[in-house]
Amino acid sequence: MTEQQALYKYSLRLGDNALILSARLSEWCSNAPFLEEDLAVTNMALDLIGRAQAMLKYAGEVDGNSKTEDDLAYRRGERDYYNNLIMELPNGDFAYTMVRQLFVSTFELFFYEELQKSTDATLAAIAAKTLKEVKYHHLHAKDWVIRLGDGTEESNRRVQQAVNQLWMYTGELFEMDGTDALLMKDGIAVNAEHLKMGWIQMVTQILALANIELPADGYMQSGSRMGIHTEHLGHILSEMQYLQRAYPDATW
Amino acid sequence: MTADNQLDVWEVFMQSKPGANYIHAGSIHASDKQMALQNARDTYCRRGEGTSIWVVPSSAIVASNPEDNGMFFDPANDKIYRHPTFYVMPEGAKAI
Amino acid sequence: MEQAQDTLLREFEEKIECGFAIEPKDRMPAGYRKHLVRQMSQHAHSEVIGMQPEGNWVTRAPSLRAKQILLAKIQDEGGHGLYLYSAAETLGVSRDELIEQLHTGKAKYSNIFNYPALSWADIGAIGWLVDGAAIVNQVSLQRTSYGPYSRAMVRICKEESFHQRQGYEIMAKMMAGTADQKAMAQDAMNRWWWPSLMMFGPHDSDSPHTGDAFKWKIKRHSNDELRQKFIDKTVQQAEVIGLTIPDKDLKWNEEKKCYDHGEINWEEFSRVIGGDGPCNKQRMEHHISVHNEGAWVREAAEAYSAKQQYSKNV
Repeated sequence: MTEQQALYKYSLRLGDNALILSARLSEWCSNAPFLEEDLAVTNMALDLIGRAQAMLKYAGEVDGNSKTEDDLAYRRGERDYYNNLIMELPNGDFAYTMVRQLFVSTFELFFYEELQKSTDATLAAIAAKTLKEVKYHHLHAKDWVIRLGDGTEESNRRVQQAVNQLWMYTGELFEMDGTDALLMKDGIAVNAEHLKMGWIQMVTQILALANIELPADGYMQSGSRMGIHTEHLGHILSEMQYLQRAYPDATW
Repeated sequence: MTADNQLDVWEVFMQSKPGANYIHAGSIHASDKQMALQNARDTYCRRGEGTSIWVVPSSAIVASNPEDNGMFFDPANDKIYRHPTFYVMPEGAKAI
Repeated sequence: MEQAQDTLLREFEEKIECGFAIEPKDRMPAGYRKHLVRQMSQHAHSEVIGMQPEGNWVTRAPSLRAKQILLAKIQDEGGHGLYLYSAAETLGVSRDELIEQLHTGKAKYSNIFNYPALSWADIGAIGWLVDGAAIVNQVSLQRTSYGPYSRAMVRICKEESFHQRQGYEIMAKMMAGTADQKAMAQDAMNRWWWPSLMMFGPHDSDSPHTGDAFKWKIKRHSNDELRQKFIDKTVQQAEVIGLTIPDKDLKWNEEKKCYDHGEINWEEFSRVIGGDGPCNKQRMEHHISVHNEGAWVREAAEAYSAKQQYSKNV
């Protein structure tokens, strides 16, 4: 693997994370528990689409095959998608979505803080912009998880259930492979393993405030680094890519 | 239909740029302060309209009564000595 | 007593006559209040229900840009519903009650959203024609006599200005595209044109609510006036991109300097209003199920807030 190939894959991975989570969040549009929250979730989905656009555009540039961000989003099969599995899981109830938001945004808080310092100027610039958005997503998710965890018996039960179900998908966030190793040598990529302690500490603190118990250590799901996904991703892509695939000659 | 509600009403005031007055933007619903602030941000600052937000529970706002307008506001109408144009300045005086 | 009522009404109408805005605490005739609550809530419900047909295409938007625009637009609609519910709330009716009126069928929403969004071109047609028709009405409402309503409309009009353009852009792009795209665009035009004209309501001669609404300056222009305005500006836009208006009776009237058009199918209009449109049931079931599904979240938020208050007080 050359550094160019690694950088391509790295940008794709970051772009795919944003793209697939935005797809899930945007499903809340006109489905949120009340109007204000509908606007809030849509705002976050829009932030994520913007981030996906920037990352995929950069991936296309790095690859040099004149692929646009839309080509990469709409004409790539699921085995070539590298988003973490947690992004593609169906929304579940509002508690499930907020717990996922908490897990992901807490990770991204640490991740983009580091990526800002990347020696790759483009990644550093995207990271700086992303960090501001992620801080807000984190605040929003944290407040909701505490509110629901410390709300009614029912909401507490739902949050606990979401935490238990999502926990096994959090390990993958910190996984690293040859791509990371190669890029870390030149200070381009973030050492994700190093973020784990901070993440656990912060999540533990927030869950404690929410009266939620941390699940016991157990098996962590894995696969996205190799493009091996849950059954859910295929359905997201079938919908998303429908028009582009059905009318390959059309521009929209 | 089950009894339900849509959280409390809050009034949103926004400053469009640093130093400007806070102006009433509208209302939102929220159950607590943090949520009120975030909902105000997500509802009224989607196009870069603000640099600062105040939220106030609507129930905390006291409004004057239109029936009292006469006694509240009319007595100020004839106090013209409160305005600079009331005063006669000697000709030739500058910067006053 | 009756005389006092008469004086009040006269004072109120003089105020309106002079062009003063009415504010929440001002005295107003019961009929004015009732008309406003009905109109504002119907307007709010329309914005919120209107999120559904467009929401139907969010996951299938064909490019990242298209998805961003569509999401931002639907979000605006939610926002507009929110502004309008707030305006109605200034008259002492809660959002809760308004939603309940929607669910029990006591309150209506715009008929147009009982039609399905079947292809991507429908997203173009909705933005261009449906929002286009709505804007004609909304611009006129910026000068409505009730202050909170008028202020909400000013904000809404400011935000709406991109909606019609994005719809027209989609149509223009498709008409410049492949044969499939052109066919899709024309098909959407054919299905949305007449329902868009119906959005302005019955002919002035058959309109049941107009009398007082005019006198009280809630409404500033008649249904037929606004409909004519919409037709006159839209025909040219259709021609520019090569779309055919599905009305064989449509022709320019040189004498009146406006377009004559064919008769609207009022039977269809009443049938859809009456509940037998293609999507009436679906729209309402969706709204009710989302509302019910969200109840535990709202309850939890309130319970949390109550606990915070309690712990602050002890």
